[in-house]
Amino acid sequence: MRPLLAAINFRELLRPLGQLLLFSIGSTLVLSAIVLVLSLCLEQTAVGQHLHSRLSVSLYTYTLVNLPQVVIDGLTIGFVYAAIALGYTMVYGVLEFINFAHSEIFAVGAFVGVEILIALDKTGILRSASLGMAYAYLILAIVMGMAAAGALAVAVERIAYRPLRGAPRLVPLISAIGVSFLLQDVIRLTEGLTTGQFNRIMPTFGNFDRRLNMGRIALGDTSIALGISVKSIIVISAAVLMLVGLNYLVNATRIGKAIRAVAQDRPTASLMGINVNRIISLTFLVGGLLGGAAGVLYALKFTRIDPFVGFFPGLKAFTAAVLGGIGNLTGALLGGIVLGMLETFAGAYLGVFTMGAAGSEYKDIFAFSILILVLIFRPQGLMGNNVGQKA
Amino acid sequence: MSLLTLTNIHSGYGHIQALKGISITVEQGEIVTLIGSNGAGKSTTLRTISGMMHPSAGQILFDGQDLSRMEPHTIVLAGLGHVPEGRGIFPKLTVRENLEMGAFTVRSPALVQERMASGFELFPRLKERIDQYGGTLSGGEQQMLAIARGLMMGPRLLMLDEPSMGLAPVLVELIFDIVKALNEKGTTILLVEQNALMALSIAHRGYVLQNGEIVLSDTADNLRRNEAVQKAYLGIN
Repeated sequence: MRPLLAAINFRELLRPLGQLLLFSIGSTLVLSAIVLVLSLCLEQTAVGQHLHSRLSVSLYTYTLVNLPQVVIDGLTIGFVYAAIALGYTMVYGVLEFINFAHSEIFAVGAFVGVEILIALDKTGILRSASLGMAYAYLILAIVMGMAAAGALAVAVERIAYRPLRGAPRLVPLISAIGVSFLLQDVIRLTEGLTTGQFNRIMPTFGNFDRRLNMGRIALGDTSIALGISVKSIIVISAAVLMLVGLNYLVNATRIGKAIRAVAQDRPTASLMGINVNRIISLTFLVGGLLGGAAGVLYALKFTRIDPFVGFFPGLKAFTAAVLGGIGNLTGALLGGIVLGMLETFAGAYLGVFTMGAAGSEYKDIFAFSILILVLIFRPQGLMGNNVGQKA
Repeated sequence: MSLLTLTNIHSGYGHIQALKGISITVEQGEIVTLIGSNGAGKSTTLRTISGMMHPSAGQILFDGQDLSRMEPHTIVLAGLGHVPEGRGIFPKLTVRENLEMGAFTVRSPALVQERMASGFELFPRLKERIDQYGGTLSGGEQQMLAIARGLMMGPRLLMLDEPSMGLAPVLVELIFDIVKALNEKGTTILLVEQNALMALSIAHRGYVLQNGEIVLSDTADNLRRNEAVQKAYLGIN
């Protein structure tokens, strides 16, 4: 046991945890401050009066009361985005190529996980499962989703990208877009042939929908309910576990060093005895595993999935990767959290701040405006640089 | 039997034939140098041996094993180290990590530590820089790191491509002294150099490459005394 413990680089375990905490708290504080200031500014205007006449509550109180839930939802989706973004960013770091099929890798993970749970549900064992077994089934679904997505990612690289390795950069990119459409339709066809349904619903089981109440904070004549749903806790902890694991793999293991070496100088890496093709496959595998797990977690959180479920999360995770600095692992974490928080804040408050003129359905404007702004003003992203570097 | 034998090797980039049938042998324990002007095919020869390019014709035998169709990472396992042109330091890996990458094929951590220690003995400067990124080193330090890294895999034959490139004369001399010392400790060396005078001063034998063909091969001493070589490569009229 002792030598095993000594071989673990604890610094590399703690550092990403610290970063995640920092990014979460940072974006919470910044965005909360913005909406609170905005609510104070708008209090006396038509916006404030409109809300008061409707719900007889001041705009500021309304904003404050909703904050805890918004932050938790924002972090939940932010961590999912971060996990998907890592797949884009790892592949970019190693091959300087954007794997647009990654959104479908995510979707396949979601479908495999959900179909397994639906099949289990049909036999009735989900409903009668004890709490421990419910978690075991969920873990099974996540692991199977990961395995399917990981295997698919490796196969896609082998079939659609590797033969194009020496081609101009646009060629594999177009191949990736083609694979993306192909996979969407393969999912749709398979679902159509086997279940005849377009939408699939994550079965309800275990205690995942329960809310844990953690008391209320009194605030004048109202109070803020503090609570978190079990599934948010699951999504956040699973994502944190994966993000820390990946960080450890890349920064503290022999294979991780090889991944960074291949990212920095492929020909020289091969002269070190590194099998470059195997490392590239491994990079796709790791990205696929994360994407697949993110898919099942996404389905757990949002319940309904369809063959195009990967499109928007994929595009947003890509935006998150660009925001953080594509190719940079820490950047993907930062970008995912910031983007998830931003869009959840926008979704929650856009309606009240515009008196219902622009509701939460416009939240995507924020995500994609960020993409455009980053590309114009800071194309290297917030953290710059790539995977080759220590995250 | 020779450690390395190239027989009638043709190799090139696309339609350009860079090597037009060259034959070279390197015996165990030797320093053999390839000299020649820019574009003569010196680096192409090394790249073809280490599997970064595949010959279109000919045979490469290393200790009886045919390398001509093998990939670079398996050639490393056969015991052949290649310190590439331009050094190929991983700029965002530390000195330690660069050395660890050199030992990627070495399974025993104790052996990695031992080789790292002897690398630091050769180049004490590297030890001072151990946690610095490779990209922040000076040109001379990068060359030291490249050689030390090449030794981490424990090669039976070490191929060096232009180790003197871009270095101050005093550093060139240091590097060549170390190459000679390595050879005396038993490492066989195939050295590609534009600085023919330096190369011939430490080598046992040499080949002169011109337009992808071997035009001359002899002992280093004889090459140094050869008038044509003096005129073309040693700057002596």
